Amino acid sequence: MDFNTILQILDSAVRLMTPLLLACLAGLYSERAGVFDIGLEGKMLMAAFTSATVAALTGNVWLGLCAGIIGSLMLSLVHGLASITFRGNQLISGVAINFLAAGLTVLLGQKIFGLGGRTPTLNPGAELEALTTPFRDWLSGIVGPDLAVTLTTMPRFTEIRLPFADALRDVPVIGPIYAELISDHSILVYVAFLCVPATWWLLNRTRFGLRLRAVGENPAAVDTAGVSVTRLRYAAVGICGVLCGLAGAYLATGLSAGFVKDMTAGRGFIALAALIFAKWRPWGALGATFLFGLLEAIANRYPNLELGPITIPSMFMNALPYILTVIILAGFVGRAIPPRAGGEPYVKER
Amino acid sequence: MDKMPKWVDVILTPVISLLLAAAISALVILAIGESPWEALKTMVTGALGSSYGWGFTLYYTTNFIFTGLAVAVAYHAALFNIGGEGQAGLGGLGVALVCLFIPWPHWTLALLGAMLGAAAFGAAWAYIPAILQAKRGSHIVITTIMFNFIAAALLNWALVRWLRPVGSMDPASANFPPSTHLPKISDIFARFGIEWGTHTPANVTFLIALLACVAVWLLIWRTRLGYEIRAFGKSETAARYAGISPVRITVITMLISGGLAGLMAINNVMGEAERLVLNSVEGAGFIGIAVALMGRNHPVGVLLAALLFGFLYQGGGELALWTSIPRELIIVIQALVILFTGALDNMVRMPLERFFTARRLRNRA
Repeated sequence: MDFNTILQILDSAVRLMTPLLLACLAGLYSERAGVFDIGLEGKMLMAAFTSATVAALTGNVWLGLCAGIIGSLMLSLVHGLASITFRGNQLISGVAINFLAAGLTVLLGQKIFGLGGRTPTLNPGAELEALTTPFRDWLSGIVGPDLAVTLTTMPRFTEIRLPFADALRDVPVIGPIYAELISDHSILVYVAFLCVPATWWLLNRTRFGLRLRAVGENPAAVDTAGVSVTRLRYAAVGICGVLCGLAGAYLATGLSAGFVKDMTAGRGFIALAALIFAKWRPWGALGATFLFGLLEAIANRYPNLELGPITIPSMFMNALPYILTVIILAGFVGRAIPPRAGGEPYVKER
Repeated sequence: MDKMPKWVDVILTPVISLLLAAAISALVILAIGESPWEALKTMVTGALGSSYGWGFTLYYTTNFIFTGLAVAVAYHAALFNIGGEGQAGLGGLGVALVCLFIPWPHWTLALLGAMLGAAAFGAAWAYIPAILQAKRGSHIVITTIMFNFIAAALLNWALVRWLRPVGSMDPASANFPPSTHLPKISDIFARFGIEWGTHTPANVTFLIALLACVAVWLLIWRTRLGYEIRAFGKSETAARYAGISPVRITVITMLISGGLAGLMAINNVMGEAERLVLNSVEGAGFIGIAVALMGRNHPVGVLLAALLFGFLYQGGGELALWTSIPRELIIVIQALVILFTGALDNMVRMPLERFFTARRLRNRA
């Protein structure tokens, strides 16, 4: 295995870890505030669908991103209603949300595009052209034809070349790392990585973060201090929705070009596993999702990993994140302790 | 003191929840430009209008009774077992091994052997999450989810690398020998000269599922163990004071739950496919959650809810065949049923409680 191969695998790991990282941070906000969320998968799936649909119909990926966030937020609202307002079982609500997304995305996709539940491929071409024309005509009446064409021919996130990437490419070691690994990703990848320090700062250095953590450990204390438990938990569930929206939008309009049925393929659950692995901490989330992204990248590149005399089948590599999580949960390698009030609806005493 | 009469709690609340789920499903059908009334008619004719439809409906019902009972039993001990999918999948592996590697003289013996294999494999797959919850405090919901994925990988490996016959491209085991084939319900009727449900997969397992309902009722409400399970589920601390071991109850309950989920495999693997295929469970493990919630964790409720979902499943297949409504409508209905009978239960319950409390106060005055 030479330097270039390692770089390629790492590059692929960065791409694959991005949706995991966003979803993991999403779960982090919700669970640190005491609302368990096993509906990450469903919210991502819904966001992937709404973002790809709007991007296909308008030819504008930013509108798609907004739609992705809205789609995911709608499900967050359902989760909030069920688990905060009506004090229902948060786990059951999460299960329901996962199924709701799995069914609705195919049903609506079939209705809108008639392609068996997938959206058209988000690459400029005749198929997409026909769909975006009505929106473009409408837009050109407002902003003029030239700008309308520019705005409707960006159906997916393209890779961004960071400054000096080409100039530095020939510098040994650092050059390729910068040009291959760090540069040339879509904007959402950088957003996801920036979310890690942002989340750390928000949780540990602001008043909102202190209250959010408190509401996940001891909501009665927060209530006594005169802060609304309901409002804080809704805020946390809302942030979770926005981040899941970003994760889903990246899946459908960044990592691939369009939505296909069940495209999250268990990523929401891997993100959940990463959250436990990370012991509900932002920097841990970065490490855990990188590890899981790397495992997926290696499994993709080497379907049968040969380590001397033994051959490791790809199925084992795919199951490894789950196996590792069970081991961590069992407390054999450092104990993972969830937020104390997690999963319990708060009942104000009367 | 109860806030509501018992019939409101047991019958009215679930019925209202169900009606809400049905109303929103109708809205979804309207939103995709189809008629809910026509859809319902297609589903009723397709699932219940002929013995052929009934044959499939009862086949699906059998699956859902097992997975529903699995979730219900665990729920009585306040354990939420979402691992039915993986446990039923492993049960399938158990059935396949028993049927493929042991030469059975007659199907009755093969059925007994397969039941043992299915229950043992399903229970074993539930054992690890159970022991981890009981001894190490890891949350059973998360571990059972993880075990679903691990089971999928394991079955994938077993079918591709181990059980697949030489020269076959299909990731499936060899066909089971004829001596293990279970009689279909249509065969039983045919023996009496009645033509009923020819070419449908409903088989004798349905009767075993009914027996399982009775057995679970006896277990939960008529045995010492059942009492301990319910006591543990109501209050762990109280149960502990009464000398009930949390570890023992958690592990035994999950073994029974996993065994029931595993037993589903005698229906779909041994009774229908007659070989082990990839993803043989097809989501039935998750439907068990909806079935248990709707059936209020009571075997009679589970039976009725399983019948409803069996109807929805067969009807949904007919919808996809005759109209332009995709099969996924069933997943949406399933989600809405889980949402309204499970998570949004209080939305229906709170106003009802207020109404009946107010009425009683008025009557007293």
